[in-house]
Amino acid sequence: MTEFARRNPFWSLVIAVLAAVFLWLILAPWSPGLEEALGRKRVFLNAIFGGLTLGALYFLVASGFTLIFGLMRNVNLAHGSLYLLGGYLGYTISTATDQWLLTFPAVFILVALLGLLMQHQVFRRMQGEELRQTMVTIGLSVVLADVMLWIWGGQSYTIQSPDWLSGPATLPIVAGVGRNGEAIYMRFPQVRIAILVAAIVIGVGMWIVLNRTRLGMLIRAGVDDREMLTASGVRINYVFLAVFGFGAGLAGIAGMVGGTFQSLSPGEDTRFLLASLVVVIVGGMGSIPGAAIGALIIGLVEQIGLVYAPTYSVVFTFLIMAVVLAFRPQGLLGAGR
Amino acid sequence: MQPGAEFGVFSRVPGGVWAAGFVLLFMPLVAGNFWLFQVFGWSFCLGIIALSLMFLAGYGGMVSLIQMTVAVLAGYVVAILGSSGVEQISLGLAWWLYLPLAILIATAFATLVGALAVRTEGIYTIMITLAIASAFFYFTRQNYGIFNGYSGFNLVVPPRLFGIDWRQPTAFYYLSLAGAVLCYAAVVYVSRSPFGLALQGVRDNPRRMASLGFNVTAHRIAAYAFAGVIASIGGILLVWQTAQVAPFSGGISAVIDILIIAVVGGIRRPIGAFIGAFIFVLLSTFSPDILSAFGLSNERFKLVIGIGFLAVVFFSPDGALGLWERWRARRRSAVDPLTGKALAEGRP
Repeated sequence: MTEFARRNPFWSLVIAVLAAVFLWLILAPWSPGLEEALGRKRVFLNAIFGGLTLGALYFLVASGFTLIFGLMRNVNLAHGSLYLLGGYLGYTISTATDQWLLTFPAVFILVALLGLLMQHQVFRRMQGEELRQTMVTIGLSVVLADVMLWIWGGQSYTIQSPDWLSGPATLPIVAGVGRNGEAIYMRFPQVRIAILVAAIVIGVGMWIVLNRTRLGMLIRAGVDDREMLTASGVRINYVFLAVFGFGAGLAGIAGMVGGTFQSLSPGEDTRFLLASLVVVIVGGMGSIPGAAIGALIIGLVEQIGLVYAPTYSVVFTFLIMAVVLAFRPQGLLGAGR
Repeated sequence: MQPGAEFGVFSRVPGGVWAAGFVLLFMPLVAGNFWLFQVFGWSFCLGIIALSLMFLAGYGGMVSLIQMTVAVLAGYVVAILGSSGVEQISLGLAWWLYLPLAILIATAFATLVGALAVRTEGIYTIMITLAIASAFFYFTRQNYGIFNGYSGFNLVVPPRLFGIDWRQPTAFYYLSLAGAVLCYAAVVYVSRSPFGLALQGVRDNPRRMASLGFNVTAHRIAAYAFAGVIASIGGILLVWQTAQVAPFSGGISAVIDILIIAVVGGIRRPIGAFIGAFIFVLLSTFSPDILSAFGLSNERFKLVIGIGFLAVVFFSPDGALGLWERWRARRRSAVDPLTGKALAEGRP
């Protein structure tokens, strides 16, 4: 970060000023003039926090996608199907057992197993043939979507969050001023806060594992020179299998999360596949911090756009992608290709 | 299947093409209206759109998923500038004005997307065009001022020209056949022109072409523009065939259907697009009957298509044409005297 600031003093200044304005908008009570210009502060805050949680969800999906692609060059366009399958499985298991928290490991294991099967049956057979992998995974996603429609039907489901997470929490942020002059604090669903925290923990954990542990070192080395690593006696295929299973399981967990604070229905698979495509295009392929930044930007833009310009919110997301592509085709944090 | 190369040196046209042209020309004498309009008409429309994808992927090495979106955009322009059931939006211009405009606007859009997409390669191109296609889908679904939102436009029919109602099955059959032949001939012609040859050179080795003095980026963008023209012709015919255009015409599954069609037919040769479209239309028209014969719900046609597509990409990357060629090569057991390998015919 200091490196970046030293090399780009202008841009770091711009980013710092923007961040300061943003923080001020969130923390400071708004004057009437500002409220007139931007609308009520509560609406703005809700858009920001909604964007943050949506970004967290996008990060959960996209990080698995970018992990698999960046490290193993495997293109998995059935990633959205893994998300939706995780959600449906989570709904079925949690309604049957009534254990929201215990459903997560179950969904993770089930979807990770499916991911392992895909890696073993599909990707290992066409290693290095990106276009063929793409086609096969598109075909897989069509098949999976129809199988899921067959099993769970066309209606939409919402996973019930447990009692101890339902209801809003009061945040120490002033959302507005009441009639009698006292400050009203912002209230936000507890489930979403928990999800945000969990996404941050998972993201930081992944970064640490990749950059600070022996396993992460093996993975990164295997990406660069698979033969050399195999020759040094490392069973690289097991390492790659583990990464693939983890990425798929993460998509399943994201489906469970998405089913809890949004809903699950046919079509969500392509929606989240596209969201993760846009996130990794903006953030940079194969970079976990890039996925985090991309997910944050896309989530925020989508929610703010939904509040202030509902018709064009999709176009904003797309415009950001186009601008990033035009100036940095490899993505914000992507390495040069 | 297509009598594509009727012009030029007639003697070089193989007998199979003459036979196919003859059959297609006199089809209305034997086939019923359902077959003419629903099966062949639809196949030609989808085939033209898949042909534009085949041109980009087969000759340019760029798998673009934007072609269906370009086609749907052309359909939208026809509906907006021409006449439709939504009278408060449609302008009702004359056909000679809105047809060129539709092709022009859709081609401009395709060129713009191409300019963005050629900055990337391979899988990135797929991802970016897929993302733009979905952005278009969501935009048309939300925009009510121009695109009439969720419901889109209905009653978009071809103009009555020369006293013929072009939506009658026989008339539409010939109209779409003419469009298909025209587009097929154009693609074959362009692929053999200096531009097409340079494009294939760019596909095989962009660096060498660049060092030979060719502008690689310009060739790729021009390929997108040409494919855009083809796709918009297909889109106009498609909107006339279905008489409606709505966001879901350009939805994700429609976009992927075009890829499936092109790949199943065989992405290396132009005729593959039409073979793929014909297979796709046959499957989607008759799979309910086949499925219920096996005791399955007749909604499972996507499953049939998906599994078929999976089987093709798994076992025969060249699609149905590849299977056919392999079968022929085995029957003749033609062996190259130099390498001892079986000869694969008709590579582009």
